[in-house]
Amino acid sequence: MIMKQNNELQLIIKHFFRNILGVAGFLIVMLMVLSAIFADFIVPYDPIALNIKERLQGPSFSHLLGTDQLGRDIFSRMVMGSRVALQVALPTVFGAVSIGFVLGMIAGFGPKWLDNAIILLLDTLRSFPTVMFALAVVALVGPSLETVIFIIIVTSIPTYGRVVRTQTLSIKSSEFILAEKSMGSSTARILLVHILPNIFGPIAVLSAMEIPTIIGLEAGLSFLGMGVRPPTPSWGSLLNEGYTLIRNTPWLLIAGGVPLIITTLGFTFLGETLRDAVDPKLRKRN
Amino acid sequence: MLGYIIKRLSLAVLIIVFAITLLFVMIHSIPGDPVSTMLGPRATPELKASLEERMGLNEPLPVQIAYFFTNAITGNLGTDVFTNRPVTSIIGEQLSYTLMLIFASISWSALLGIFLGCYSAIKRNTISDKILAVLSVSFIATPSFVVSLYSLLFFSVYLGWLPAIGAGDSDDLWDQLIHLVLPAFSIGLSWVGYIARLVRASMLEIMSENHIRTARAFGLPRRWVIYRYALRLAILPTITVIGVGMGFLLSAAVFAEIVFSRPGLGKLVIDSITTRNYPVVMGSVLLSTIIFVVSTTLSDIINAMLDPRIGRQL
Amino acid sequence: MTILDVRNLSVDYETEQGTLRALRDVSFTIEDNKIVGVVGESGCGKSTLISSIINLLANNAVLSSGEIIFQGKDIVRLSEDEMRDILGVGVSIIFQDPMQTHNPVLTVGRQMMDIQYRDKTSKEKKKEAAIDMLRVVGIPDPESRLSQYPHEFSGGMRQRIAIAMALMVKPSLLIADEPTTALDATLEVQIIEKLRELQGKINCSILFISHHLGVIAELCDEVIVMYAGEIVEHGDVRDVFHNARHPYTQALFACDPGRIKEKSKNLPTIKGSIPNLIDLPSGCIFKHRCTQRISVCDTSPAMHRVSEKQQAKCHLLTQGKN
Repeated sequence: MIMKQNNELQLIIKHFFRNILGVAGFLIVMLMVLSAIFADFIVPYDPIALNIKERLQGPSFSHLLGTDQLGRDIFSRMVMGSRVALQVALPTVFGAVSIGFVLGMIAGFGPKWLDNAIILLLDTLRSFPTVMFALAVVALVGPSLETVIFIIIVTSIPTYGRVVRTQTLSIKSSEFILAEKSMGSSTARILLVHILPNIFGPIAVLSAMEIPTIIGLEAGLSFLGMGVRPPTPSWGSLLNEGYTLIRNTPWLLIAGGVPLIITTLGFTFLGETLRDAVDPKLRKRN
Repeated sequence: MLGYIIKRLSLAVLIIVFAITLLFVMIHSIPGDPVSTMLGPRATPELKASLEERMGLNEPLPVQIAYFFTNAITGNLGTDVFTNRPVTSIIGEQLSYTLMLIFASISWSALLGIFLGCYSAIKRNTISDKILAVLSVSFIATPSFVVSLYSLLFFSVYLGWLPAIGAGDSDDLWDQLIHLVLPAFSIGLSWVGYIARLVRASMLEIMSENHIRTARAFGLPRRWVIYRYALRLAILPTITVIGVGMGFLLSAAVFAEIVFSRPGLGKLVIDSITTRNYPVVMGSVLLSTIIFVVSTTLSDIINAMLDPRIGRQL
Repeated sequence: MTILDVRNLSVDYETEQGTLRALRDVSFTIEDNKIVGVVGESGCGKSTLISSIINLLANNAVLSSGEIIFQGKDIVRLSEDEMRDILGVGVSIIFQDPMQTHNPVLTVGRQMMDIQYRDKTSKEKKKEAAIDMLRVVGIPDPESRLSQYPHEFSGGMRQRIAIAMALMVKPSLLIADEPTTALDATLEVQIIEKLRELQGKINCSILFISHHLGVIAELCDEVIVMYAGEIVEHGDVRDVFHNARHPYTQALFACDPGRIKEKSKNLPTIKGSIPNLIDLPSGCIFKHRCTQRISVCDTSPAMHRVSEKQQAKCHLLTQGKN
């Protein structure tokens, strides 16, 4: 029992606090996207140009984050790395969402056996530990940007497929859809007019939350040497070089890790804020 | 209850069978042939033919799959390309290291996560709750291999407190534990955040339920209400999540094993990919898939046993 | 002797729309060994009243004024720890929904033994006490059922268990919050009879919340009629039931299916609805629905004692017209 408390102030603090993270997330994401788009204008040096004379230099005014083993400017490689991260993240989200969407819809609307078959397929895809699956594929076809994209699409289909299926099922059995059906609307119309807009919100939130995982996975595979091929500058390959030279040049680890952490945090904060905004129930409960 | 267990187990078997089949289909639908990839520049037609035959790749796909299954059931996953040793025993040597790492990680992260989740739920909406919330999200978002790298850089290279590489002397338990600290810390960290969030949310939900009001209305000690009456229920979703966590940790362990040069399944796979030791790669991937499926199944079953309501319904 | 003395109790809820004034100036007493019924529509403040007495108000509730004196202590001012010396000792409660009142993952026996944690007796003694109590409330084969979980019992059984738990601590005041609402009529009668029988045995007072007038008449010594967060009439059950003085009480009785003598197709109802407790109207709280409204009703009426055992809050009583 509270005798008198100032709920109003707490509410304001709470909202302000949450918004700060959301705004920060948004700014980070914007910064990352902009630096990926304008990377060519930002970078002071060609990120893949070799300059053996100036190899393994520490941070200085001419090389903000120093140079790597081959004398390449680390800052330039770091900025270019954001482009690779986005080159992986965007097509994978798009691909996984599209396929997940189709599968989820078919499962939700189709006959029972098809539903079961799709669920089994999604469960199977989900049952591979992601990195292990990725390594198996890389072992077969060799590492490349396209392989990474393929792997991430396949392993994130189940996430979207399940959500779309659940949403489709719940919307399908809701009263307004039943009313539509009884009035003779076609399945295609119901799909387009009602289900698509209803699923869009959760999928957008889910995608925002998945992007940090995707970027992390790409960097991870590149770190293992199983992702983007050299000399393409990826944050993961920066980290790899930094790891092999961990006792000499820690700035390589900083250049690969810090933007990676900041970007994943940015997308996560953005996704969280987005989720709360989409779901007012959640906002109230916390 | 028995019916549920049987149902859940048969689903697990079905998924494993499907996963193996899927891997095979994938191998064969991928452009180019695995044998060339494996042999790389060394590939000569003779070498290719002999390897294909040894691996049974010249048989039609269904035959290969059936062949693989019958072998797999008897524990035969093929032989190492170079040493001709059974893949099963090679993997077996490495598996214990990975499992030890995973158990250590999940244990400390679950304990700390549950504690922090309870704490946040009790201190709901205070400053410490909010700080913990931001920390949890940050832990979840940060890729585990970056944590591995930075903790290696800071604790081993910079401070020199903990050993940087290896799994320790196999006869010295203390040495092994010391070597386990950084890898387990690195891959468990995001799970601390994950479990803390989950426990907080489910604690808040349970604490608002009527039976908790009853417990409080009888003046039961606060500790009892929280730990015996609420946490016992709030922890149930965590058990399911820990099962799923095994899969994520199997992935994360790959990075930790590389970064800390620890023996284990992940390091084995990476090394085998570099040496194009194809049967070892596939065997390890399959085994880790099976471990993952078994652990999710087990956690579902344990969950059903701990929650008397589920047990009776099914 | 007075066991519970509620004085000028007012409770507000802070909501997004504004301050909801759930209870306003509620005063009443409960004497030793008496059963006091509280009746009123949903939303009249019955639940808030109970939550205040057991000091378990919701987080957004503010107790803006009043005292709740239980055995000489003001509950409002007690800390959580001090409150624990009262809850489950002097006061116990039976909640409304038997399906959700017990912890689903602990056995009934465990829960019944846990509430005896203050007794320094052995585990076996506590178990015996639980078995005895279950037998008293009419649970067959209590020894073996002790190891079962709540969901293995029917709703009626669970409410019996709730009663057993509430009475096992031998309280001086038992609060029963619509204990029979979720049950069917046959069970209701059984539970009511059990309650009365046990009340006689352990000599406690009961605060009995119900919207079922028949049950109140059957069980209670006194009745409190609540409307929109206020007590509008309070008195001896016989007096109030035979000679209701507040127009709301009268309307309530007129609508009670159990009391309607002549056959009619439509059940009578009180026209209108409960006023918005966020934006309270001035004057008498019932004036918008009252059929006997007079001009003075725009000012707030005071509680008027109509006899030694009956009081009501209506201007008509002081105007001498009713």
